Amino acid sequence: MNKKERSDKAVLGVRRFISYLVLILLSVICLFSFYILVINATRANAQIQQGFSVIPGQRLLANIKTVFANKEIPILYGLRNSFIISASCAVLTTYFSALTAYAIHAYNFRFKNAAFTFILMIMMVPAQVSSMGFVNLMKSMHLMNTFVPLIVPSIAAPVVFFFMKQYMESSLPIEIIEAARIDGSSEFRTFNHVVLPILKPAVAVQAIFAFVSSWNNYFVPALILEDAKRKTLPIMIAMYRSADYLKFDMGQVYMVIAISILPVVVVYLCLSKFIVQGVAIGSVKG
Amino acid sequence: MTKTSGNRKKSKCVKYTKWGYIFLIPFFLTYTIFSFIPLVTTIYNSFFENYMLGLQQIGPRFVGLDNYKAIISNGDMVAYAKNTIIMWLMGFIPQIIVSLLLAAWFTDIRLRLKAAGFFKTVIYLPNLIMASAFAMLFYSIFSDQGPVNQILMNAGIIEQPIRFLSNVWTTRGLVALMNFMMWFGNTTILLMAGMMGIDTALFEAAQVDGAKPFQTFTKITLPLLKPILMYVLITSMIGGIQMFDVPQILTDGSGAPNNTSMTLIMYLNKHLYSKNYGMAGALSVILFIVTGILSLAVYKSLAAQRKA
Repeated sequence: MNKKERSDKAVLGVRRFISYLVLILLSVICLFSFYILVINATRANAQIQQGFSVIPGQRLLANIKTVFANKEIPILYGLRNSFIISASCAVLTTYFSALTAYAIHAYNFRFKNAAFTFILMIMMVPAQVSSMGFVNLMKSMHLMNTFVPLIVPSIAAPVVFFFMKQYMESSLPIEIIEAARIDGSSEFRTFNHVVLPILKPAVAVQAIFAFVSSWNNYFVPALILEDAKRKTLPIMIAMYRSADYLKFDMGQVYMVIAISILPVVVVYLCLSKFIVQGVAIGSVKG
Repeated sequence: MTKTSGNRKKSKCVKYTKWGYIFLIPFFLTYTIFSFIPLVTTIYNSFFENYMLGLQQIGPRFVGLDNYKAIISNGDMVAYAKNTIIMWLMGFIPQIIVSLLLAAWFTDIRLRLKAAGFFKTVIYLPNLIMASAFAMLFYSIFSDQGPVNQILMNAGIIEQPIRFLSNVWTTRGLVALMNFMMWFGNTTILLMAGMMGIDTALFEAAQVDGAKPFQTFTKITLPLLKPILMYVLITSMIGGIQMFDVPQILTDGSGAPNNTSMTLIMYLNKHLYSKNYGMAGALSVILFIVTGILSLAVYKSLAAQRKA
């Protein structure tokens, strides 16, 4: 018996060793490219061409300056535009998805199940398949080159709706709504002042995801935005990719990449535990 | 949508019914304008010849199913569908294997891994990174004179720089690697949630019966995870069909070398920019049908989970 226990322990030790090895290897793969990014964003082009270095250079501020001084690709506008669009999407998508979920969660009406089934069925159909009609419609509505086509559609977000519905099923007892009604609160007021505060954790997680996915969105904004000063960051990255003259200043390229991903990385590192938990509850019933 | 009168007398909570409809208005109005009408006009346009020949507008002229015949018979779509599937598989197969392993390790009560929170944070990180910036980063570090070649040459592993982006399989490999990195953390977390939902008594019983960890995994964990694995598979397929940002930025939209990394959505994007609305329409409808069928499968799996 003793022998068996000892060999069990040895097996466990080996398994533990292998799992740590694999985890460390995967972490290195994930972090390696970002490490190079940090190093090379702080170096001059000549240094980057000469060879790789393990320690950062001293050209951080110089590279930031050249990025912001680039007139053809005005990154400051890109940051502003991306921020306006992403923040608006985060607000609209969480508020209206919660409202839609509340309609189906709290009320009984004839088309309730039909509406719910419909939303679930369209949930996974990607926006790309209707993008042609979308662009043409925006043209005829004179909304090209504006932020409206990138912000307003976020009101109808089936995935966020589904998350909110799941959350309500576990955390929003119908008694609370009834109590508010007895107190004479109107339905709309009940939603804003009683229901929304209860949904706060779900709203926070979904607001972060909505912000990030809008921040990273490339396909549709690239079709809608035409003016250099109205473009968002992913489109500007694509412009850097197409611009051949930038081969002469890789420091600038690395810096632009760093600037584009930094806001999301900072938020993620502050709230990672919360976000990782959000992924788990969001998609499947645990 | 607001026909409540018929319901009013029957329902017990009489005066509240209409609010259900009112609160649904923003969603359905937005969906109709920004998704449904565009979808209908896309389908409508797919039956018309409508493109630019230089500066000259050809059409629109009704041609029935000619656009569909053209897009299927000229071979491009089939080739790009093949590229998309190949790059998706090259990312998805390692992704599902690694995620299953990691999820099993993270949830193993006997293994008790330390720093699990740190590892989860790191592996999920690439999922939130802007795909276009990530692709630009890979383009920079895997370029002919880039850091990866510099490091490999300094270490004496290679003598000549590897031309990653001029070779079919290294280009596809880079796209697949990025897709793998962006999604394996997410899949791990989903599978973990599923594994933690399994009754621990089953594992204890298996242990008492002397089952090895591998046996427990294949005989208990895998079968019980089937619904979630299906969900992961189908949503990943839908994601794969949408593959665009990474190969578009990595190859500057060219699908280089020689269109071997051109995906279906990159092809659609090309038609949209050249204003070939007939072909773009036909391609969109085909993609809509495929993703629609896959969405139905997702709906079924979600509905089954909700009932359970």
